[in-house]
Amino acid sequence: MFRLEARTNTPAWFNLALPLLAIGAALVLCSGLIALAGAGVIEAYGVMFSASLGDSYAITETLVRATPMIFTGLAVAVAFRAKFWNIGAEGQLLAGAVASCAVGAIPMPGPLAILLMAVAGAAAGAAVALVPATLRVKFRVDDVVSSLLLNSVIFYALMALIEGPWKDSFSGYPISPPIEDSANFPVLLEGTRLHLGVVAAFLAAPVIWFLVMRTTLGFRIRIIGENPEAARYGGIHVERVLISTALLSGALAGLAGVGEVGGVHFQVMSDISPGYGYSGIVVAMLARLNPLGVVPAALFLAAVMTGAEAMSRATGVPAFLSDVIQGTALLAMLVALLFTAYRIRRVGTAK
Amino acid sequence: MPRPAPLIEMRGISKSFGAVKANEAVDLSVAPGEILGLLGENGAGKTTLMNVLFGAYAPDAGEILVQGRPVTINSSADALAAGIGMVHQHFHLAPRLSVLENLLIGIPGKSGRIDRAGGLARLGEIGRQHGLTLDPDLPVSALSVGEQQRLEIVKALFRGARLLILDEPTAVLAPTEVDGLFSALRSMAAQGLGIIFISHKLNEVRALTHRCVVLRHGRVAGRVDAPASTTSSEMARLMCGHEIVPPARGPSTPGAAVLTLDDISTSRHSGMALRDVSLAVRAGEILGIAGVSGNGQRALAEVISGVRAPDAGRMTIAGKIVSRFSPREVQALGLGRIPEDRMTTGLVTNLPLADSMVLPRIGTDAFSRNGLLRPDAIRAFAEAQIKAYDIRCPGPMTRAGALSGGNLQKALLARELAFDPKVLIVSQPTRGLDIGAARFIHEKFLDMRAKGCGIIVLGEDLEELLMLCDRIAVMYEGRIVGTLASADATIARLGLMMTGAEGHG
Repeated sequence: MFRLEARTNTPAWFNLALPLLAIGAALVLCSGLIALAGAGVIEAYGVMFSASLGDSYAITETLVRATPMIFTGLAVAVAFRAKFWNIGAEGQLLAGAVASCAVGAIPMPGPLAILLMAVAGAAAGAAVALVPATLRVKFRVDDVVSSLLLNSVIFYALMALIEGPWKDSFSGYPISPPIEDSANFPVLLEGTRLHLGVVAAFLAAPVIWFLVMRTTLGFRIRIIGENPEAARYGGIHVERVLISTALLSGALAGLAGVGEVGGVHFQVMSDISPGYGYSGIVVAMLARLNPLGVVPAALFLAAVMTGAEAMSRATGVPAFLSDVIQGTALLAMLVALLFTAYRIRRVGTAK
Repeated sequence: MPRPAPLIEMRGISKSFGAVKANEAVDLSVAPGEILGLLGENGAGKTTLMNVLFGAYAPDAGEILVQGRPVTINSSADALAAGIGMVHQHFHLAPRLSVLENLLIGIPGKSGRIDRAGGLARLGEIGRQHGLTLDPDLPVSALSVGEQQRLEIVKALFRGARLLILDEPTAVLAPTEVDGLFSALRSMAAQGLGIIFISHKLNEVRALTHRCVVLRHGRVAGRVDAPASTTSSEMARLMCGHEIVPPARGPSTPGAAVLTLDDISTSRHSGMALRDVSLAVRAGEILGIAGVSGNGQRALAEVISGVRAPDAGRMTIAGKIVSRFSPREVQALGLGRIPEDRMTTGLVTNLPLADSMVLPRIGTDAFSRNGLLRPDAIRAFAEAQIKAYDIRCPGPMTRAGALSGGNLQKALLARELAFDPKVLIVSQPTRGLDIGAARFIHEKFLDMRAKGCGIIVLGEDLEELLMLCDRIAVMYEGRIVGTLASADATIARLGLMMTGAEGHG
């Protein structure tokens, strides 16, 4: 018989071991599904690996995929540190995409356009995140529910725009007009899609780490998340810090949308995000809310996503498997987090 | 007198957490009708031992016998089945459910239905037997702390406990409620139940128990067969391993007033409101505020700490009028604060101890510049305080929640005293602390008094207040009903004033 016993301390190597354990468990569990779909497990995972990390082009594709998830992962990690339950990164991403696309369509010199797109996108994401944060601070509305439901509001508002007044008159499809060519993000490697936003994402992670771990704002974010009462007695304006956190989180999610518009799609369409906002939650949890951990976690999910499509073509296993792996990895990680607080102990059975 | 066969016997119990030996070869037994005192300083292993008995931990070695038969207790359900009930320090009740519903949780009724009538009958019976009456239909959230504890005891008896473990039951009770608890425990013992009573308060242990086991560093340091005729200092020596002398409060010459309240009133926001409270604390003086909890102490502490603005009245700190009533403002004027509840309003248990130690002053130059933290300064500060106050922990990055209550209280004291406050507000400063830690805290207060700090102590423990304070004011229903110089005050007189019996003294 086994039982759980409370732990007094958590070893440091758990930070690395737990996510790896969760990922391993998810891959093992999902191999059952691959077998069920009639494909070889080793072969399927092999194709997945080679298509996402097997050559330099595949690696650049994985990096491009990881970029929005690094931003949304950082957005969620920052918010969750303060226990601001921002499930709305998806909506904030879409708002960032719309705002940056609108700015990018205005003719102006390239560098200025890119800068203004980023500013507009971040501001739009922050504005959306401000809604659930204000509702929580002023009226004690549950932020999980309000931020989640706001995603649908933003999505259908975007649909209304691109089906109606903002519809591209040349293509006839429900997509927005493209941004100016000068506003397209520079490509860093000829013949790939590796764009400026990828570098920005990789730089954002250490910047956010520094902000959370080394600034007074970050200190206050961590404190209000763990014990708002002690924070209040300690002279921290809990509401003000919560609003700042929401603005920061929303801005980061908005930047995910900016990167997709400026570096990948150059316009806004209904499927501009295949759920990068929600994936951000998985990324942040796998990273244990550590901004530096967000990068490898996002790379893992991106590799699964790019690999799944190739695997689907090669073996006939539906590409939806990538969603299943993501979901299973999150659940496995939540279970694994139990071991930070408890240890398993074997006890003798009753005589 | 030969003792009857033990109800419960623990033999050679050992339990380690990593390198820490929490219990080592502990023997303990309780006979029917016996009240056993379990004594020891914080961290001596009392709670671990009882958690082993109640099935929360599996022992590394040793065995447990119930009425002579060895048993394995792997869960609280096993413990209950073996007739062992436990009343924890923190209650395990569902606040929105009624008294009766809380009693019936986990008790299978007939064919899936709740046996309400049977439950009511048993509740009435237990109430009559031991004087533990409770209104079955009141929600738990409407009960006082004392009544919630009574419900926990009734719950254990309801489940057929023949041995009842009480972990520091008097820590949460007002003095008047303690008498009621003791008569109930005596009545239960008279009917053949066994009781294990865990406490720091030696006078209570001497008044109530038949026998005592004293733990120190996880081992049995001594056994006392006649607690009533053993002196408190003898027991204290067993617990600490050395003599404990209460600190002496020398004479002092109070200076100018460092904290004044003039006609402060608050609305009835949560708990008792304040009505026209006026008081003054002078430099080098300790002022006690005595009162049964719930008579406005909380509102008073909130106003002075700057987390609640009064509706009327004026407050000054070090001669300056407090205008905005924010924690930052009162702190900047020179107020230090040791909260009543370390875990909820003082510390952040999930983060490193160092974070909690710099929390109130993180925005000052000592710990940050231009919005950037100074990690080295924070670490150095925490390390220096850990050393200066002998806070037992592996280091400043230890999770605060892993420390014992006494060490957490030292950490809170360190973080406030390091900045030489002009006024210190303290609530229940030694609640739940062992003698050694309490002694240390008292000495620090007297040191601060000698240095010219004005201290205001809110508390219910009259012995402590009489020992520490120069003057004692009594609060009743949101008012100060009288102030006595300690020399004129007695426990009896203060106790009477606390019930509102005496007017302006």
